[in-house]
Amino acid sequence: MAFLARVGRVFLGFLAAAGRLALFTLTALSHCVRPPIYVNLIFRQFVDIGYYSLPVVGLTAIFIGMVLALQLHTGFNRITGGESAIAQVVVLGMTRELGPVIAGLMVAGRIGAAIAAEVGTMRVTDQIDALSTLSTNPYKYLVVPRILAGIVALPALVLIADIIGVFGGFLVATYKFGFNPAAYLHNTADFLRRDDVISGLIKSSVFGFLIALMGCYTGYHSKGGAQGVGAATTYAVVSASVLILTFDYILSALLFSS
Amino acid sequence: MTAAPKISVRGLRKSFGAKVVLDGLDLDVGVGESVVVIGGSGTGKSVMVKCIIGLMEPDAGSVKIDGQEVTGLKRSERERLMQKFGMLFQGSALFDSLRVWQNVAFGLIQGHGIGRDEAKAIAIKTLGAVGLGPEVAELWPAELSGGMQKRVGLARAIAAKPEIIIFDEPTTGLDPIMGDVINDLIIKCVRDLGATAVSITHDMASAHKIADRIAMIYKGRIIWQGRASTIDKSGNEYVEQFIHGRAEGPIQMEVRAL
Repeated sequence: MAFLARVGRVFLGFLAAAGRLALFTLTALSHCVRPPIYVNLIFRQFVDIGYYSLPVVGLTAIFIGMVLALQLHTGFNRITGGESAIAQVVVLGMTRELGPVIAGLMVAGRIGAAIAAEVGTMRVTDQIDALSTLSTNPYKYLVVPRILAGIVALPALVLIADIIGVFGGFLVATYKFGFNPAAYLHNTADFLRRDDVISGLIKSSVFGFLIALMGCYTGYHSKGGAQGVGAATTYAVVSASVLILTFDYILSALLFSS
Repeated sequence: MTAAPKISVRGLRKSFGAKVVLDGLDLDVGVGESVVVIGGSGTGKSVMVKCIIGLMEPDAGSVKIDGQEVTGLKRSERERLMQKFGMLFQGSALFDSLRVWQNVAFGLIQGHGIGRDEAKAIAIKTLGAVGLGPEVAELWPAELSGGMQKRVGLARAIAAKPEIIIFDEPTTGLDPIMGDVINDLIIKCVRDLGATAVSITHDMASAHKIADRIAMIYKGRIIWQGRASTIDKSGNEYVEQFIHGRAEGPIQMEVRAL
């Protein structure tokens, strides 16, 4: 009986948390389409999320592209003629899957944590209450700019990550394995479809939304002092990462079901 | 107090789980009056002011401002109502991502739609009124001492010339001289603006100085109130224990043996 009660409590707690998150999401989304919209703040967040994440995302993308080409070369050696598919698999893997997921996870670590820490500190030092007393809606001032910037900045980052990742594969294939550069590029361009890139950008847009949402949600509801902010930061990164991988599967199933 | 009260609180109740914080609290504050609410930690002072200003929704009871019921207001109506309020937070709650003048001008720009240049001029003038020179305007909050942060917080609270000002522990954490400076500034600002003031504090020297009337809260209710000059002869054993800071008396702290 005690075991069942414990399971029940955990389940009810989960439902309550899901309800709170759903309410927060709906409120934030409703404010995204109602004035005032703080364009300056959106731009500043876009620069923070997009521009300042470029080095880490670019560096990750080039190594992912390089290691992908390396692994495919050793793996495809077992199949007759398999090597010729390296360019196609690299570009397909980067645009559809690795670009959005790797960029999403890197940005979740960098920006999700920063948003949760900043908003969480504002919560525990009464700055969010101060916003309200100054006739400013905290959702509009803090949450909406971060969410809108996340939705726009992630696809821009992923587009660049795709190019850098494909270039990484190109470097390994041509310099290490002696592929013909022109043929490699021709195979890449020939094989790539617009839908491959667009599906990756749609995914990354959703990932950007999830990262900003979880950062704002955990920060907004953080309690206590430094420990509370630390817990919010951890929760923001972990939850955003898990949601990115979950939604990656769901979106892949939806986008490529045909 | 013959005229209709500026603030009228009736039967205010607020609980957090099983813990009852406000238990049917009644309080009236007249136009232009300065009321200080005293009481020990955890007796409901902060929750009371948060319910009055709308940062927290009470479980039951009524809060009227200028005769208008303000509990359960919609968010947009609440934002409009907030233009009547200014609040000095215990930890000042300055926005650390904004310069000092931007903090002071925040409510003017966001809440009242005043242009940036005009708001900056008002902010510098208001900083002067709390004894801070124009050179402070360009500093960041982190570059200020605790006393200066309190003064900036006070300048932010009064910049938009509010009708009601809430002071949450205005002298906590300051040395006695700086505490007295803040008390003098509070008296000056409230008188100059003709504002109604509600303060909460443990500091009896501060309460004596800034109050027209003092009310004592205990276990979520006002148990005594009277003119500031009469508190030393209140005849209330709870008040006497509190103002003399005695451990013995009807207010008992739960202390367990080691």
